[in-house]
Amino acid sequence: MKYKSQKVAYWFFALSMLLLSLQLIYGLIMGFAHAGMDGLHEWIPFNTAKAVHTNLLVVWLLSGFMGAAYYIIPEEAQHELVSVKLAYVQLISLALVGVAAIVGYHFNYWEGRKFLEIPRPLDYLVVVNVLLFMALILITLFKGKRKTTTALVMSMGLLFAALLYLPGMIDFDSQVLDSFFRWWVVHLWVEGVWELIMGGILSFLLIKLTGVDREVIEKWLYVIVGLTFLSGILGTGHHYYYIGVNKIWLIVGGIFSALEPLAFLAMALFAVNMYRKGEKKHPNKTALLWTIGSAIVSFIGAGLLGFAHTLPQTNLYTHGTIVTAMHGHLAFWGAYAMIVFAIISYALPNMTGRKFYDTARGRMAFWISNIGMIGMTVAFGVAGVAQVYMERKMKMDFMTVQKDLEIHFYVLIIMATLFIVGITLYIIEFFKHGQPTDEALEVNELVED
Amino acid sequence: MLSKKQARAFFLGGTVVTFLIFIGLTVYSLGEAQDQSHSENITEAVVRGKKLWESNNCMGCHTIMGEGGYYAPELTKVVERRGDAYIKAALMSEQPWQPRGRKMVAYNMSEAEADDMVAFFKWIGEIDLNGFETVVSPLAKDKSNN
Ligand code: HEM
Ligand code: HEM
Ligand SMILES: [Fe+2]
Repeated sequence: MKYKSQKVAYWFFALSMLLLSLQLIYGLIMGFAHAGMDGLHEWIPFNTAKAVHTNLLVVWLLSGFMGAAYYIIPEEAQHELVSVKLAYVQLISLALVGVAAIVGYHFNYWEGRKFLEIPRPLDYLVVVNVLLFMALILITLFKGKRKTTTALVMSMGLLFAALLYLPGMIDFDSQVLDSFFRWWVVHLWVEGVWELIMGGILSFLLIKLTGVDREVIEKWLYVIVGLTFLSGILGTGHHYYYIGVNKIWLIVGGIFSALEPLAFLAMALFAVNMYRKGEKKHPNKTALLWTIGSAIVSFIGAGLLGFAHTLPQTNLYTHGTIVTAMHGHLAFWGAYAMIVFAIISYALPNMTGRKFYDTARGRMAFWISNIGMIGMTVAFGVAGVAQVYMERKMKMDFMTVQKDLEIHFYVLIIMATLFIVGITLYIIEFFKHGQPTDEALEVNELVED
Repeated sequence: MLSKKQARAFFLGGTVVTFLIFIGLTVYSLGEAQDQSHSENITEAVVRGKKLWESNNCMGCHTIMGEGGYYAPELTKVVERRGDAYIKAALMSEQPWQPRGRKMVAYNMSEAEADDMVAFFKWIGEIDLNGFETVVSPLAKDKSNN
């Protein structure tokens, strides 16, 4: 940490951890419901649990990205954040809108559009909140001494993510059009602009942690985000195969989405190579573990498991089954959750002055959560493939198949418990750091540069 | 070796070109000639049905055209599979509908609302889904045991 205003990031990270914990509780509720135990049905029916689980995911990741931006942009631009006070206003309003939405979902107040359930009036508040955030970040960047590629790519990702929220707010009478433009938000986020945010954070961390020359790292960053957009934009077509639009998307979506793993492969190779090349290794081993881990697990979850069902011939059978949930979990975890954990692990010691660089608890948090998540992915995967065969190939009735799948959800719950142990360790480590202080500034000057 | 400038040109060039193609394809696909959804059949009842579909977040449990939750049956061809009366009974039930043990929210809909939902499902059921309809439903109907 080099600028006092970077400390505001801490509170965004803390909000992230809180919402993540809640997200997992709702995940368990759904896991139990799938296993045949829906005792909470009257108060938290499955659709409430699902909307809360996925929306909390999006909000805690966004809160993590925002914290990352408040930490990274001042340091890259070499300029204090233009207004710390407004950043706190933005934090609190984000938390309030998030909580209002989540509470509403328990009272049938929502818009049943997968991932974009936030009702319209709250959408406007989200827009205002994000405008404030973008203004703070962009003004800081442009007042700053330098505009690095890392900062530009990250800000571009954030700005496009904000703009892409808008197509999700158009009203349509046709379910087909509704769905068509919903993907402009959901797909172009996770397989487009969020990858710029991820790439920006990754490149910042690699510069700090490996000591490899900025010019080299940023050159590859351009290549990676180039591959992302080249494949990801037209790759949107993989959601248009079977929703009532024409057949052109079977070809376009099939070809371009099959290329999407290249960006994730490039990211993994990039991270591993920079690590190998680096000569001035930073002592923060935990941050390094999450950074390299994120690049690798995102390739598996998004790249490989995405590819597994992206060709139209396969997707015809897997579309809308538990196979999709399998991929959704490991992809979100590897690409976005892990990169947020990486930047938190890097930034916390710098903000608080506590050098928890390589603790046993930190390492356990990494390995246990990852093993748990991979176990969950396998459980979803086995259930998904079984579902596809029984329901879609053997034409068995939906509910008959669901009964047969219950056993896999017991496995899911066990793996999820392991995962939760890992996350709990991470959160304990988080709070053991204590709160950010200005004294940390001086301590850091001795370690860095 | 690739320079940073070339890398940036690759990024900007690739983005602009694919973005323009994407917009072009979108305009082309949404044109009337390409319509596979019989959009002329979207009556007021269908629109009201869609609003109910959204305001109750049915998609939180069910899939429709393969999108939604994986907890409850796919509803794309539900009219063909079950018929109007069955659907209306499920929607108008005052108790959670649970023919096979797994509970649905008791929506307690009025007859008019249930009719709107059925109109919505009928419109959905006629959309040409590039072959997906043959995988998710009519065949399931042959085998369905109740
Ligand atoms: C980090 C990046 C990614 C994330 C977070 C992610 C997440 C998700 C999620 C949550 C869904 C479920 C959407 C829904 O049906 O409502 C989904 C669907 C899908 N994803 Fe990804 N994904 C990523 C990358 C990829 C990549 C690179 C590919 C292809 C190579 C891919 C292929 C697919 C396909 C084909 C579907 C549709 C599944 C279906 O038809 O039900 N994804 N993804
Ligand atoms: C305690 C751990 C967790 C459990 C037990 C759990 C369980 C579940 C279940 C049962 C579903 C619903 C599938 C359906 O519609 O039937 C779901 C959906 C989802 N979960 Fe989790 N989850 C957990 C953690 C996570 C984490 C950490 C992430 C992200 C990193 C995540 C991301 C998602 C996403 C994106 C969906 C929507 C998938 C789709 O509709 O295609 N979950 N989860
Ligand atoms: Fe996608």
